Amino acid sequence: MNGADTAFVLISAALVMLMTPGLAFFYGGMVRVKSALNMLMMSFISLGIVTVLWVLFGYSLAFGDDVGAGLLGDLGHIGFKGIGPETLTGGKEGIPVFAFALFQLMFAVITPALMSGALADRAKFSAWALFITLWVSVVYFPVAHWVWQADGWLFKLKVIDFAGGTAVHINAGIGALAAVLVVGKRIGFKKDPMRPHSLPLVMLGTGLLWFGWFGFNAGSALAANGAAANMAMNTQVATGAAMLGWLAYERIRHGAFTTLGAASGAVAGLVAITPSGAAVNAFGALLIGVVAGAVCSWAVGLKFKLGFDDSLDVVGVHLVGGVIGTLLVGLLATGGVGGATQLGRQAVGAFSVMAYSFTVSWLLAKLVDKTIGFRAAEDDEISGIDQAFHAETAYDHTGVGAATRTAAPALHRPPGTPEQAGPEQAAAPKNKKVDA
Amino acid sequence: MKLITAIVKPFRVDEIREALQTFGVQGLTVSEASGYGRQRGHTEVYRGAEYRVDLLPKARIEVLVEDDDAEDVVDVIVKKAQTGKIGDGKVWVVPVETVVRVRTGERGPDAL
Repeated sequence: MNGADTAFVLISAALVMLMTPGLAFFYGGMVRVKSALNMLMMSFISLGIVTVLWVLFGYSLAFGDDVGAGLLGDLGHIGFKGIGPETLTGGKEGIPVFAFALFQLMFAVITPALMSGALADRAKFSAWALFITLWVSVVYFPVAHWVWQADGWLFKLKVIDFAGGTAVHINAGIGALAAVLVVGKRIGFKKDPMRPHSLPLVMLGTGLLWFGWFGFNAGSALAANGAAANMAMNTQVATGAAMLGWLAYERIRHGAFTTLGAASGAVAGLVAITPSGAAVNAFGALLIGVVAGAVCSWAVGLKFKLGFDDSLDVVGVHLVGGVIGTLLVGLLATGGVGGATQLGRQAVGAFSVMAYSFTVSWLLAKLVDKTIGFRAAEDDEISGIDQAFHAETAYDHTGVGAATRTAAPALHRPPGTPEQAGPEQAAAPKNKKVDA
Repeated sequence: MKLITAIVKPFRVDEIREALQTFGVQGLTVSEASGYGRQRGHTEVYRGAEYRVDLLPKARIEVLVEDDDAEDVVDVIVKKAQTGKIGDGKVWVVPVETVVRVRTGERGPDAL
């Protein structure tokens, strides 16, 4: 066992884990106050759901032995069967499979969470939970197998996807678009002002994402080596450049250097450099960053022109940034790899994931919508889904604490005791049936 | 008795309060308000989506005074609130039927 590599991958796994709460803040700050908690929860719940699925069958479907044609893993490792502390990846110099499986689990957690931004303010929480359960099982686990398992068909095609341009970002971006087309627009889209309620939260989330992304990208080397160091440097270079690219476009087009633009540009750069790994040099990383920043800054306006309510720009940032990064590495890869042939391979990778993910995501979203209903009730959406699905509100804005909002003794009633009508009961928030 | 209500620029509140204290006003209420008059709002940009913000932040000062003091108090407020630029606000005076001091139950001018 290689101790240094093992330590690096375990730490990287923890770094990537932090990205999901980071994403929750990034998205959470961008929505209005009335649905801030729901936005946080849409990401956070993935840490629960996907972790359980991963143990049950997810790891096996993604990284089990190929069942044929490089499309899916077998069920040989369900419940981590056959894997112990001494089981290593590769030969004697490998790392424990548990370290690899933990690291890969964090990717599976954040990918469905990325889609949540597209459905802000209006999705039923139970429907969302069901949707991502189905989505990781039928879309993410197979696609991860295609791209990262040694027998996966895109892996064998020599598509460069170091850390997840196709499997994570294109996959989530196009999946989000499919879900939006099923769920529909927010009430008041293009009409009501939908300003972010807390840009400081967005900035905090961006910082956590940027920090965790070193684990995401450099950790994908699965070894503490030069490729990891090179990837870490490329990550920083592309992200810095992308922030500047976004801000420059915004200053020219809209006349201001916005905080949200700086945060969005950084995330666009992180997305775009993800597939490259150490395959590009520093100038390649700079170029990828600037292009991603400027193009994504333009692309986020498309939803208004085309009329799909991708609320927090999952398509504009993750799909567009993922495609830019995946294609550009085909041209910019060093060592004689970059060129028309590699660009062709990258395009096959990008478009096959897009086609599969869009189709299946749309079918799954339809399935959820036809069975339990994907969309929150209209009055819940207008008054805010935090109260409807979580029985909480994000902030207490009353200056004098609880004086005007009575904490409800009724809610603390021991189970089984009958409700009593009385003044206390009347003062309590209506304990209406939560259709979450 | 009169109720004087002043809508002013928030950054003028401290000076107004000090001037009123010097004049002899015993108490007042300040609250945050938003509104518009001749001053226009501003535009905010979020990822390229531009929103017009029509309501601007203002401070509302409320003072209860005896009838004879009303004109002078208005003058003090206006003098301190004035910057000469658009959006300085408004001051108005309305008659008050009665005032009660909650702690003692005193009524009328004694309660001021």
